[in-house]
Amino acid sequence: MELSGGQIVVQCLKDEGVEYLFGYPGGAVLHLYDAIFHQDDVKHILVRHEQAATHAADAYARATGKPGVVLVTSGPGATNAVTGIATAYMDSIPMVVISGQVPTAVIGSDAFQEVDMVGITRPCVKHNFLVKDVKDIAETMKKAFYIATTGRPGPVVVDIPKDITDPNVKVTYKYPKKVKIRSYSPATKGHPGQIKKAVDLLLHAHRPMIYSGGGVVLGEASAELTEMTRLLNYPITNTLMGLGAYPATDKQFVGMLGMHGTYEANLAMHESDVILAIGVRFDDRVTGKLAEFCPHAKIIHIDIDPASISKTVKVDIPIVGEVKLVLKQFLNEIKEHKKKPSKKALEAWWSQIEQWRDANCLEFDRDSEQIKPQAVVEELYKITKGEAYITSDVGQHQMYAAQFYHFDKPRRWINSGGLGTMGFGLPAAIGAKLAHPDADVACITGEASIQMCIQELATALQYNTPVKIINLNNRYMGMVRQWQEFSYESRYSQSYMDTIPDFVALAEAYGHVGIRVEKPEDVRPALEKAFALKDRTVFIDFMTDRTENVYPMIESGKGHQEMTLRVAPGTPLDRELA
Amino acid sequence: MRHIISILIENEAGALSRVAGLFSARGYNIESLTVAPTEDITLSRMTLVTRGNEEVIEQITKQLNKLIDIVKLIDLAETSHVERELMLVKVKTSIESREEIKRLSDIFRGKVIDVTNNSYVIEMTGASDKLDAFVNALDESSIIETVRSGPTSMSRGEHGLHL
Ligand SMILES: Cc1cc2nc3c(=O)[nH]c(=O)nc-3n(C[C@H](O)[C@H](O)[C@H](O)COP(=O)(O)OP(=O)(O)OC[C@H]3O[C@@H](n4cnc5c(N)ncnc54)[C@H](O)[C@@H]3O)c2cc1C
Ligand SMILES: Cc1ncc(C[n+]2csc(CCOP(=O)(O)OP(=O)(O)O)c2C)c(N)n1
Ligand SMILES: [Mg+2]
Repeated sequence: MELSGGQIVVQCLKDEGVEYLFGYPGGAVLHLYDAIFHQDDVKHILVRHEQAATHAADAYARATGKPGVVLVTSGPGATNAVTGIATAYMDSIPMVVISGQVPTAVIGSDAFQEVDMVGITRPCVKHNFLVKDVKDIAETMKKAFYIATTGRPGPVVVDIPKDITDPNVKVTYKYPKKVKIRSYSPATKGHPGQIKKAVDLLLHAHRPMIYSGGGVVLGEASAELTEMTRLLNYPITNTLMGLGAYPATDKQFVGMLGMHGTYEANLAMHESDVILAIGVRFDDRVTGKLAEFCPHAKIIHIDIDPASISKTVKVDIPIVGEVKLVLKQFLNEIKEHKKKPSKKALEAWWSQIEQWRDANCLEFDRDSEQIKPQAVVEELYKITKGEAYITSDVGQHQMYAAQFYHFDKPRRWINSGGLGTMGFGLPAAIGAKLAHPDADVACITGEASIQMCIQELATALQYNTPVKIINLNNRYMGMVRQWQEFSYESRYSQSYMDTIPDFVALAEAYGHVGIRVEKPEDVRPALEKAFALKDRTVFIDFMTDRTENVYPMIESGKGHQEMTLRVAPGTPLDRELA
Repeated sequence: MRHIISILIENEAGALSRVAGLFSARGYNIESLTVAPTEDITLSRMTLVTRGNEEVIEQITKQLNKLIDIVKLIDLAETSHVERELMLVKVKTSIESREEIKRLSDIFRGKVIDVTNNSYVIEMTGASDKLDAFVNALDESSIIETVRSGPTSMSRGEHGLHL
């Protein structure tokens, strides 16, 4: 087949089985857009800002496991995409971003809309390419998809100068079936000797903990994780990124750990003698003060990226490998091992954990006359039967979502954990809805975050992606205000805006349905109404309690054992709230 | 501790900046870095000298290995190795000092490779501390300029860093 560069790019996407391309046109990619015009296998989703293209593609990837694909023009188009690329990078999301570049002849001359995209994105991509010859496009695209989706996934940028896509220059096209990159060979199985040692240690534990994260979701290893955890009857906690990889409604699940994790999860980590860490990266939001992290534990760590192992916390048994394969090895080894977990020790451990659970650390005032944000998420959970795809923005609302929507399945919880990018939620919801048109998709957001990509309401209308926007409107950058209360004697420096738009009118202006909810008793009916409107995007503006804070909390510089609870264990709930 | 990391890297535009960028982004220090193509022109060999405790060096080698363009690397501090650095020094000379400078250079096995009425360029290779010693032995006010390549290094014995 003789094709031009522009046609080749599009043909590569077809050959990769790409369903959606999220993008925004401009001078440097016009040849490419013309090639897109002539086909309809790859559906182009026109966003309203390039950042949203990357978030929507990213969420499509999180919701499906398939890579998200983005197309932006050079210069401002490319720089607008950078936040989304960094967001995907921090959470290890497979994504291929094609950016236009000025013609090769003028690269380096400060040409119109020229930026060094390869240079700008170098620190926030898994890899990037500048294509300098039309003959290299197909192989480069294949490499980009291969690198983005294998090993520890991540975004890959392919920067293509305009002349390389010239419709008048045609070359023979053949999409390579496979590429080999001599310097890149992702890990597969774990080292059998290490696994033997690890299983032996695990089975001799008295106070074991399983601490699993995003790697289990990315590595499609939920089933193996669940089987192993049940077989052992050990307690399990998930990171923010790991939620859903183990069913949250299961009794062995002790909740999320870390800064806003549960009391039981954090204390169990602190007291544990053997921790099995699976697809996690010992992030500072999880560990708290490093010097006090899990002082009694021997740690086993399974991860595909050797650089994640012993990066912040030195571990005792490292296992490099693909989580699904390694957990299969674990399962075999556990089943064959003579030693079984000590019943007596486990009973004592579980009874200790139950005591911590009794602190009821997530409880909040259910009789309040104001709408509690937690109550909204609880109702949302009930109405959607825990089956919805939930995206979120960044702030208190994100934590309430993580704490009160109990994810039983992986890929249902879509949020920016590593970069914490406000503005992620709405475009992400659009990406998730495109991926799963028949599922309920809701975006839990705050009045500050939603305004960072609010323009995507137009995209939602154009492509008929009826998502439900759950705006927990506390008239504050709540998360910032909370920190200012804890650490700056409540000096609320710039953490509120007194010109919040009328979101109901705004939603309607964009052609959607807007609902405002001001009383607790109206929460459920409003949600019911919104989800009954199957084919409409509904923006529900919940006027929530302005003063509510996220508990429990590990304040900065403290360890797991020093959690701040809303009320001290054993005291009646209304004391602190009065 | 000082570590010499020897790296085989794809001989491609931008590969060097990936390494340099990694060091600055993650706050690792680079004491010196040399790079040039090998006998296989698709590959470059890089010698990088850095300092850090065991954990830092472990992260450095792991992060370097993650770069797609890096084919192979070895931390030479872990093996017995040889190390050479090239230095050129330009010194002021006068009728009285010429002989003395030449003699000093000979002691350090230097070679005078350029001579004018009032200057020498001396070429010297050796371990970095030998080059330091020579510079220290010179009268400071006589030095016009120095340029050093930074160390290059390989392991002793029959094994080598190759594909
Ligand atoms: C406001 C805010 C508050 C937060 N509070 C908390 C909190 O209280 N608790 C919390 O947990 N987080 C919290 N976070 C999130 C936190 O910043 C990190 O994003 C998160 O903890 C990282 O999760 P993770 O360890 O599961 O790693 P991820 O970032 O999900 O990384 C995945 C790991 O798995 C590995 N991996 C990937 N694929 C595979 C595979 N196939 N096989 C094996 N390994 C694989 C990767 O190499 C990596 O090490 C918060 C974020 C924000 C914005
Ligand atoms: C792009 C970006 N800018 C700034 C921040 C810092 N930040 C974290 S949470 C937050 C406030 C979020 O407010 P809102 O969306 O109303 O959520 P709330 O905490 O009130 O639920 C800010 C400013 C961020 N995470 N992302
Ligand atoms: Mg708010």
